[in-house]
Amino acid sequence: MKVFRDLFRDYRFAVSFCVLCALLIFACLSFFAPYDPTLWHVVPRDLRPSRAHLLGTDSNGQDIFWTASFAVRNSVIVALIAGVVSRIIAVLFGMIAGYKGGNTDRVLMFISDSLLVIPLFLIIVLMAMLVRASMNLVTLGLLLALFGWAWDARVIRSLILSLRTREFTETAILSGARTLPLVLNEYMPYAMPLVFSTLINNMAWAIGLEMTLAILGLTNVLIPTLGTMLYWAINYHAILLGRWWWVLTPVVLSVLLFVALYWMSVSVSEYLDPRTRVQRVGAE
Amino acid sequence: MTFLKRYLIPRLIQYFLVIFLGITAVFFIPRFLPNDPVVQTVAALQARGSSVDPATIDQMVADLTELYGLEGSLLQQYGAFWRRLLHADFGVSFFQFPAPVSELIAAALPWTLGLLFVTTVISWTGGNLIGGLAGYYNRKRWSRALDGVSMVIRPLPYYIFAFALLLMFAWAIKWFPTSGGIGIGRKVALNWPFIKDVLWHSFLPALSLTILGGAIWFQTMKLIVQNVNAEDFVQYAQLGGVKEDRIVSRYVIRNAMLPQITALALALGQIFSGALITEIVFSYPGLGGLLYNAIVNGDYNLILGITALSIIAITTAILVLDLLYPLFDPRVRYM
Repeated sequence: MKVFRDLFRDYRFAVSFCVLCALLIFACLSFFAPYDPTLWHVVPRDLRPSRAHLLGTDSNGQDIFWTASFAVRNSVIVALIAGVVSRIIAVLFGMIAGYKGGNTDRVLMFISDSLLVIPLFLIIVLMAMLVRASMNLVTLGLLLALFGWAWDARVIRSLILSLRTREFTETAILSGARTLPLVLNEYMPYAMPLVFSTLINNMAWAIGLEMTLAILGLTNVLIPTLGTMLYWAINYHAILLGRWWWVLTPVVLSVLLFVALYWMSVSVSEYLDPRTRVQRVGAE
Repeated sequence: MTFLKRYLIPRLIQYFLVIFLGITAVFFIPRFLPNDPVVQTVAALQARGSSVDPATIDQMVADLTELYGLEGSLLQQYGAFWRRLLHADFGVSFFQFPAPVSELIAAALPWTLGLLFVTTVISWTGGNLIGGLAGYYNRKRWSRALDGVSMVIRPLPYYIFAFALLLMFAWAIKWFPTSGGIGIGRKVALNWPFIKDVLWHSFLPALSLTILGGAIWFQTMKLIVQNVNAEDFVQYAQLGGVKEDRIVSRYVIRNAMLPQITALALALGQIFSGALITEIVFSYPGLGGLLYNAIVNGDYNLILGITALSIIAITTAILVLDLLYPLFDPRVRYM
């Protein structure tokens, strides 16, 4: 609880926490939606925002408010799958590389370095194009997870490298702890905060990439996400026709989401870094 | 001699290994996936409503198999793939049949390189300078204001930021064109009207890349400078009465600049991806625009060509930056 109170002293954390909560509540509203998001032409098309349709309706004959709530939910689901799976890969790579050292370390870090330097967007596009037929929220999440771990594996590795030189590692090894339990029980608690703060960053990255892929028509455009909403709006020339409510809804929602996630990650990682924490919270 | 053995040769091996692995991945990924590009292309053609008799389809399948380099065993294909690659031959484009992929890429490349080079230079130097000053004077009001702005801009993905600029400056207030690289019907010529037209068309994409990139350099630089500020030599210089602007430029920013060169090398791949995405938003005639057309038309060869070429270009650029590094940092001599 104390952690939470300290975090809330940072206005960025407070703001981003409130915005994220609001967005999550909005996403949860989709469970009570009066319309089925997979059906088209359930409401009159292209209506301006009104009391009956809070954010208007689109050219597919869907209510934008309720589609948007499905969209936020689905985008967050994709981001969570991508974030959690890529965290698992990052932790595995980072811990093995950091703990084993030597040639294992060199090979694993070479792989992650290669992923860092090549223009990943193109490779992801190439893969998305080929799995387009079987694309759904899960495959999309996994696809993004496959490419989103390289930097964080490096961060975790350097943490393990420093933990390995600590005395408690020697103590554990001398008292007969096996490698796996040692890493999981002794190192994991140190890595957890890092895993969490990189998770937020990675989720924002995944949502951004999902939107880009969707706008290019590389995902399943029948599933409402923030990206596919924009895809349809652009496809129907909503800007040209002046249907601002249709274009602005996904844009504004995604900007809120990105900024909130970023502020939260900055605030959390500043809190985790003892040097900056002393500046803000004061020495204890 | 030790420089060669200790640094250059391992670095070159790494360089070729990255290219080798990247291109190998580009080759194998599509072949391990369950979808057959030939069948997909034929299906896409049929879905568009063109009715063809079975004999033609068989012929088409055979042609496409050859076109995509899918003949023979996997190993033979792999060998042929490299042979063609070394001759810069990526086969024939599908959506602009029969133009070779390498020709299309060559036509688009100057646009992307120009945009990328100019925006990277401006955003890197600008972001670092302003970030350095803002980090040194971090209690001033303008420094906090800039920090606030960058906190909002930095998290936005390339697509959304470019799209927002497009909505604002090309649709809402019609200051700039919404798409293209030059006006329709304008001939390429080296005169002022042409250059003016190119600049006017590329202003928004360039602005979008510069601001977004600049925000990142600004923030990291500000952070680094704030840490350098706490170093003893800075306080010593201040106590010793060295002029303030000399401390900022010669002592602080110069030291903080070095990690930013390494960071630039690491970020180059992402910056390049971002430029492609921005070009797509503004229908810019560079590689991004080409990529978009390739995606929409399912042009497999073209995407493969763009990807392979980009991997080579980006890794080479990073290698050059790495080799230039000792010029900036006198402490590194690789001895």
